[in-house]
Amino acid sequence: MSKIAEGLLYSESHEWVKVDGNVAVIGVSDFAQEEMGDITYVDVPDVDDEIKAGEDFGALESVKASSELYSPVSGRVVEVNAEVEDSPELINEDPYSAWIIKVEMSDASELDALLSPEAYAEIAK
Amino acid sequence: MDNQLKLTCLHDLHLELGAKMSPFAGFDMPIQYSGIIDEHNAVRNEVGMFDVSHMGEIFISGEDAETFVNHIFTNDVRGLEEGKILYGMLLYPDGGVVDDLLVYKEFTPDSFLLVVNAANIEKDYDWILKNAEGYKVKVENASDSFGQIAVQGPMSEQAVVDLLDIEEIRDLGFYSFLDAEDEDGNRVIVSRTGYTGEDGFEIYAKPEIIRDMWKWLLESGVKPCGLGCRDTLRFEAGLPLYGDELSADISPVMAGLSMFCKLDKPEFIGKDALVKQKAEGPARKVVGIELKDNAIPRAGYPVELEDGTQVGVVTTGYHSISLDKSLCFALVDAKYAALDTPLWIHIRKHVFPGIVVKKRFYQTNYKK
Repeated sequence: MSKIAEGLLYSESHEWVKVDGNVAVIGVSDFAQEEMGDITYVDVPDVDDEIKAGEDFGALESVKASSELYSPVSGRVVEVNAEVEDSPELINEDPYSAWIIKVEMSDASELDALLSPEAYAEIAK
Repeated sequence: MDNQLKLTCLHDLHLELGAKMSPFAGFDMPIQYSGIIDEHNAVRNEVGMFDVSHMGEIFISGEDAETFVNHIFTNDVRGLEEGKILYGMLLYPDGGVVDDLLVYKEFTPDSFLLVVNAANIEKDYDWILKNAEGYKVKVENASDSFGQIAVQGPMSEQAVVDLLDIEEIRDLGFYSFLDAEDEDGNRVIVSRTGYTGEDGFEIYAKPEIIRDMWKWLLESGVKPCGLGCRDTLRFEAGLPLYGDELSADISPVMAGLSMFCKLDKPEFIGKDALVKQKAEGPARKVVGIELKDNAIPRAGYPVELEDGTQVGVVTTGYHSISLDKSLCFALVDAKYAALDTPLWIHIRKHVFPGIVVKKRFYQTNYKK
């Protein structure tokens, strides 16, 4: 049974969002990392890239397969987690600490479309 | 789950171990148990075991067996010693590959065992029967009567000697086998073969015996390994997978496997096509490519020149576990197949530079 952290919002494509004022911190759920197995590479955007809700902004690669990352929100990338880029296995070890990017949101109302931990629990199984 | 999937004789034991299962070649097979990286490293450094009971076993015997096997098989079995094994292919007349396989020269006269890929068992059997007309041979598909375990890694010899209590196993050379019997007189075949680039053994016996062996090996600390690391291991060792680097469209000449096709034999199916391809040079070749970046090339990604012209396609790619590099096999225009040729791989939105390298990425450790 995968863990679902409280206090976060989730997308149907298994990303999580932590809202910090105007900034969305984005990572992937425990369910996603379990499904992928050993993650060996994280393909991330550059700082200042504009990304759109529902569109892919990068990818995770496990030994066996690659899986695209979809942005839960629109906005500008303000920070990329260099630690996770260097050590992708951090996502396997603790997916809720190992954030991938931070996005300055252009439309905070997009958060309304995301799932609560309870609603996400219905999908992540 | 697809209820048409076949199950190997070890299926319930994989579920008990909590393996991640997935359909492969019509079977519900274990992809991983503890994790691909952990299992991969166990085979490279210690010993691991694979359920390969899905593989096919076809026996060919009779007065014309040697002539017939030599007619359908690219390697040369004439005068092959009993207890020896050859790798090679079955070809279509146009040089395309029906399957790649091992041929075992049995300890009884005029008798061979062909070990074929799971996905191709029916196709191979039909192909063999179709071509057997006029030859005095008996062809038997015994795939359902055999289970098979591959025990692979530097500590595999000790594990298999302990399992079977047969000291002679230590003396088996690479691509040799011996016949043994359990206490009830059931046949057990042990060969020094594998698909990992390490020393290793493949054991064939009837399903009940294979189950007991699996449990015994597990108990003795041999790590169960899934098809996930079977692929990463064979890839690093430069070994082709039928369907990816060999197929009806990819001949052994294109795949760089001409050494297993004996063109000095009087004849075999596909020989004329191979002779022609060798003389003219194949249009495309399978190459190894090493990337400078850690991005991972996957099957189907385009291989390009610097100006974006596509000259090939990736057939298998990984971030190599043992070498910590992004590597792939690709089928490319033969003009760009020479070692050190710069090529670019299109991965999602970006293009990554690489160079053509030898396909055997990893220094193999076979028994001499």
